[in-house]
Amino acid sequence: MADYRALYQEVILDHNKKPRNYGTLENASHHAVGHNPLCGDHISVALNLKLDPERVECIDGIAFQGESCAICKASASMMTVAVKGKSRTDAETLIQEFLAMATGKLDLDSPNLIGRLAVFAGVRDLPTRVKCAILPWHTLHAAFNSVATASTEAAQDPMHAPIGNA
Amino acid sequence: MNAVLTAFHPRLAPAFDVERLRADFPILQLKIDGKPLVYLDNAASSQMPQAVIDRLVRYQTSEHANINRAVHYLSETATSAYEAARRKLQHFIHAREEREVIFTSGTTDAINLVMHGYGRKFIKAGDEIILTTLEHHSNIVPWQMLAEEKGAKIRVVPINDAGELLIDDYEHLFNERTRFVGVMHVSNALGTVNPVKQMIAFAHARGVPVLVDGAQAVPHLRVDVQDLDCDFYAFSGHKLCGPTGIGVLYGKAALLEAMQPFKGGGDMIMSVSFEKTTYNTIPHKFEAGTPPIAAAIGLGAAVDYLSAIGMDAIADHEHELLSSATEQMTRMPGVRILGTAANKAAVLSFTIDGVHPHDVGTLLNQEGVAVRTGHHCAQPVMQRFKVPATSRASFAFYNSMAEVDALITGIRSVQKVFA
Repeated sequence: MADYRALYQEVILDHNKKPRNYGTLENASHHAVGHNPLCGDHISVALNLKLDPERVECIDGIAFQGESCAICKASASMMTVAVKGKSRTDAETLIQEFLAMATGKLDLDSPNLIGRLAVFAGVRDLPTRVKCAILPWHTLHAAFNSVATASTEAAQDPMHAPIGNA
Repeated sequence: MNAVLTAFHPRLAPAFDVERLRADFPILQLKIDGKPLVYLDNAASSQMPQAVIDRLVRYQTSEHANINRAVHYLSETATSAYEAARRKLQHFIHAREEREVIFTSGTTDAINLVMHGYGRKFIKAGDEIILTTLEHHSNIVPWQMLAEEKGAKIRVVPINDAGELLIDDYEHLFNERTRFVGVMHVSNALGTVNPVKQMIAFAHARGVPVLVDGAQAVPHLRVDVQDLDCDFYAFSGHKLCGPTGIGVLYGKAALLEAMQPFKGGGDMIMSVSFEKTTYNTIPHKFEAGTPPIAAAIGLGAAVDYLSAIGMDAIADHEHELLSSATEQMTRMPGVRILGTAANKAAVLSFTIDGVHPHDVGTLLNQEGVAVRTGHHCAQPVMQRFKVPATSRASFAFYNSMAEVDALITGIRSVQKVFA
């Protein structure tokens, strides 16, 4: 308990105030908009996937923008920092680890890619705020699965694509 | 601060002993993370005094059986307690007859009852229903469902920047196709007290019935349905120091009799055969199945409790809390109050510059202060004020001036975190 107090610590407040990679991305290859219908928050994530010299899909550039609470905005900002330059596979692993951490299912002592994102661990004690922290990650997942003409119809909505076991 | 406010309300302040009343509510003794609970989410649901808890326990311990059925002792005891609760509610809202009080599961259920029982029978294609921008979703969505089914049209009364209904616009919405008006008595999102009596008189002069959503009014001010002359009045038990799962629909007897039943089943019938079923008289026609007997009896105890304090005294005390909170928050830089109507009940919706309401709610919770954050099931109001959400402090008679101060201190600490 009381772990969640740590949520509003310097690093999160700093990313809320000065979000990194905030804005739009020219010629994005992938894009998705995530909504939190309960609070009206929305966040859009755009990214460029490129093949590196070893023919591995990598995140060459990423940007986000939207309207949201501090937890969500900081989560999005730190997410872009964490996945920029990473392979798509590592980013997808990180999405799953973050979702698991936010819902209290990740053992932080076992090997993982979480790193500085551990500042969000406390959100697991605030069930009503978990959705704020994970919205950007769901949106990133949706962006990976997006097509040029992503439909907003629920059945085909990339936001509804299943994410691993999380 | 107290002294100043006492000067504004000289006739009641000394008589209202909030500390004594607080002692009636066991939950108010709770500590949240070591801090005393400051419960300011009363518009969402109020807390229950020991007298109501005791009544529920007594019923369940020594009075429970199904009602309106068997001839044995317990069934008769339960039936008579249930009907006694109906009479308590009748007197509480000053209804003419007890059969005009229908127990529902809450305000939403009551409004849906009117939509199905009255709306589906009497509203036709091309007819118009007048609602207001302030309405809770529960007084919007049922009517949209009806409008879609019937090909009827919904007209909406706008509000001004203070959150008050524009009554001229309301009157201009009437035409020969207007068949129904739905309006909330007190806004859950902004606290505005609407001039429903005046609006009802205007509608009646054109032969149009009016449903009043009283969910936020009944707990805070004296309601007299005969004086208002409303056709329907809906409210919930759990905002009134009673249990969840119980509410009331008041309806004028003649209208209730003309309506079709909403739910079919036991208790709502006089006789049933596969050829023909005859419906029971009101109120039973609208109370199909076994009702929440304990909850109804608990609600009866709750209105006894409130009546003993006096709704006027409650309204006056809450008004002091609201005045003090409003005055202090108005002076705080970066704090914006939404809803500044001249006539308000104890609801204070606000935003803090640069801080999302959810962050406000979480940080206030760390100080033990419980407020609601979100759109308050009133998204049209949020759209009108161009905000996605607000934080809302809503007061009850058991809140104290010290709790108003705790809210103000809490807001300052939120601003400090985000400075």
